[in-house]
Amino acid sequence: MNHWPFIIAAYALTGLGTLGVFVWSYLEMRRAEQAVSKLERSR
Amino acid sequence: MHAYANPARFLKIARPLTPICLVVGILLILIGSYAGLALTPPDYLQGDSVRILYIHVPAAWLGMGGWTGIAIASIVQLVWRHPLAGVAARAIAVPGALFTAICLVTGSIWGRPTWGTWWEWDGRMTSMLVLLFLYFGYIGLANASDDRTSVSRATAIFGIVGAVNIPIINRSVVWWNSLHQGPSITLRGSTISSEILWPLAPTVIGFSLFFGGIVLMRMRANLAQAKVEARMRRLAAA
Repeated sequence: MNHWPFIIAAYALTGLGTLGVFVWSYLEMRRAEQAVSKLERSR
Repeated sequence: MHAYANPARFLKIARPLTPICLVVGILLILIGSYAGLALTPPDYLQGDSVRILYIHVPAAWLGMGGWTGIAIASIVQLVWRHPLAGVAARAIAVPGALFTAICLVTGSIWGRPTWGTWWEWDGRMTSMLVLLFLYFGYIGLANASDDRTSVSRATAIFGIVGAVNIPIINRSVVWWNSLHQGPSITLRGSTISSEILWPLAPTVIGFSLFFGGIVLMRMRANLAQAKVEARMRRLAAA
């Protein structure tokens, strides 16, 4: 049995998952910190 | 510990630490993965499928380590009322669940060419699946509260009680018959050949730093959102 399709699938799914959580966390952090900066500027 | 109880002091450290964790972490993951895919020989028994080791083991470590972090943060919140403990526990839950899911999926993919099956209801796999469900329960409980700077007492207790599953996962391959191999890396050494084992160090350290970077980003987001919500409440009350 050729193992490489299994290896590629495992690495691809891991890559997608880690990229997804990175983008989600980064956007959430940026949005929240921008809202704080906006709030501090409006004081 | 209480020296860093002040969110402003924590943020002063977290802001420069976040990109360092992420950049160094991603570099180490790439180096370890390249070495694991291209430089190491296939295993004499498992063949090329052994290369899944370099992502499966860090994912398992972070799934279990994440819940251990939640349990410690929950104790710190309940006993010392540290203001950042709840923020940290909340921030760990989603990446912890993700890496537990990655561990289960990569293990299943590894199992098909190695054992001839995608899944087996044995001690290791079942207890890891229970950990994923515990994460889902924890995320649901934590999100039931609007307060982003802490978790409820019930959520913290759930985090502590759920930690009972961690030693069960760890010892499952010793306590019960399993298709999963026994403990191959212990404090006494490793049964894996060093030729195959070495790329695991950069991927474990890299994924751990990446996990740390994600937790810091989520903590910063929660603290910022809490600040905005507090300001809105003050404005509404005025």
